Amino acid sequence: MREIVVLSGKGGTGKTSIVGSLAALASGKVLADCDVDAADLHLLLSPSVKQENEFWSGQLAHIDEAKCTECGLCQELCRFDAIKDYKVNPIACEGCGFCSQVCPEEAITMRENMSGHWFVSDTKYGPLVHARLGIAQENSGKLVAQVRQEARRIAEEQGLDYIISDGPPGIGCPVISSLSGASLALMVTEPTLSGIHDLERVLGVCRHFGVPGMVCINKYDLNEENSRRIEDYCRKQGIKLAAKVPFDNAVTEAIVRGVPVVEYADGAVSREIEGLWDVISHT
Amino acid sequence: MIISIASGKGGTGKTLVATSLALSLNDSYKVKLLDCDVEEPNDHVFLKPAITGSEPVSIPVPKIDEAKCTRCGKCAEVCAFNAIAVLGEHVLTFPELCHGCGACSYLCPEKAISEEKREIGVVERGDAGGIEFVQGKLTVGEAMAPPVIRMVKKHTDSDGISIIDSPPGTSCPVVESIEGSDFCLLVTEPTPFGLNDLVLAVETVRQLGIPSGVVLNRAGVGDAKVEEYCRRENIPVLLTIPLDTEIARLYSRGITLVEGMPKWKDKFVGLFEGIKEIVDARNRSLKR
Repeated sequence: MREIVVLSGKGGTGKTSIVGSLAALASGKVLADCDVDAADLHLLLSPSVKQENEFWSGQLAHIDEAKCTECGLCQELCRFDAIKDYKVNPIACEGCGFCSQVCPEEAITMRENMSGHWFVSDTKYGPLVHARLGIAQENSGKLVAQVRQEARRIAEEQGLDYIISDGPPGIGCPVISSLSGASLALMVTEPTLSGIHDLERVLGVCRHFGVPGMVCINKYDLNEENSRRIEDYCRKQGIKLAAKVPFDNAVTEAIVRGVPVVEYADGAVSREIEGLWDVISHT
Repeated sequence: MIISIASGKGGTGKTLVATSLALSLNDSYKVKLLDCDVEEPNDHVFLKPAITGSEPVSIPVPKIDEAKCTRCGKCAEVCAFNAIAVLGEHVLTFPELCHGCGACSYLCPEKAISEEKREIGVVERGDAGGIEFVQGKLTVGEAMAPPVIRMVKKHTDSDGISIIDSPPGTSCPVVESIEGSDFCLLVTEPTPFGLNDLVLAVETVRQLGIPSGVVLNRAGVGDAKVEEYCRRENIPVLLTIPLDTEIARLYSRGITLVEGMPKWKDKFVGLFEGIKEIVDARNRSLKR
């Protein structure tokens, strides 16, 4: 079984459109949406939710006003400025529990925090594991780990060949959680200076965690000079350039209709994404 | 005034809006631009600031004095992040899991734990044609963005105008970036993805009690559902930027919209006037 995670560094380069199309092209796979704080893959795959689970993770401090003598020790020691006027700000609280350990009145307890939901759904393309992190919650990395674990369980149980996951933008906690231990990271980039800058950083993360990378340039004809720069860069770094997808409004039209672009249009975009899957599946 | 720029969905045009807004206000106001997208900071690509100073961002992690340590296990017991383990005669620390809360060193009965700094990023300051520029950069391979964001935000100034460019999403790094703003500008695009993530972003700003408005980018593609949503929810659309290959090409070359197409400057000034009106009205009603 191979686990392919689609990343980009910069947001909005086309990760979800590519994953949606790979969902339609690949056979024997489970899909995972690891962008748990702005998940969009479900908008292309029309899932029917089979299983909904609460995600409990981490703790929040709670002060019992009846016991609190307002001594202020907790406020003084909290490094996250999460206690003001003897009240806990749940958004700032990291759940470290330091306050509850030191409170001389034992007025502070730590309570489990429900920080989101995760779902197992059926789609016409195969099973989809996705999630929704609660608004302004922490621990997105742990929720990503939960999504990946379930996807892996399904793949093993059903004897599937691939896990294809839509990753989050950036390079931090949820990206690391999506990436570590995956078989391949496909980086979707765009020929803009920001796209190139962000690609270099996310490739650094792949190297750091020892995951082999591959690059796909999306909307390559928006700036062909920058696309050549990306090609040169990939050559120098020894990273395979797997596809160059042209700009086409059909991609947006497919999103509006809620279907993968390869099922909506049969132009150059679709041919290039078919070629991309060919490269990935034969690597 | 502190104005933050957020989006939910990535790649909708936060950086485009932040840089052009900063440049458009630079003649009339003291402007600061703080790039809080510390995982992938891009404002510098467009503003090309001269960096004049940089300071490392580190978090305090435990250092065990083996001679004093009695292996009692208290530190491992109090650590909520499993960053310390006592195995037989050894105390193992996992600095990359440590959040730097300080519980272990404070609670060690033998005072055997001190703290040392672990660097996770850097904050850079500079000047971009009169705009005071600050950006954070998370070190590649590091997971925790919020401490770097907190350091960038120390440079926020309520005097003059501070523009905060936030990361995409709705989780802790976004909250860390936009908290304390007078106004949050939500940049979106008229597609189902844009709408789905805008709804999440609106929930986030509402939870934080920050007034907000929308910039609709790449208007003309997609559908009308974002505008319908904004009307229904009474969220003002303060600026509309059309889908235009010329704008996309300028962006691809690292050229800001107002420098590439100067006629946009008035529109960004107008955007600011719209924000100011909302913030002033709110401040008046809060005073009453």
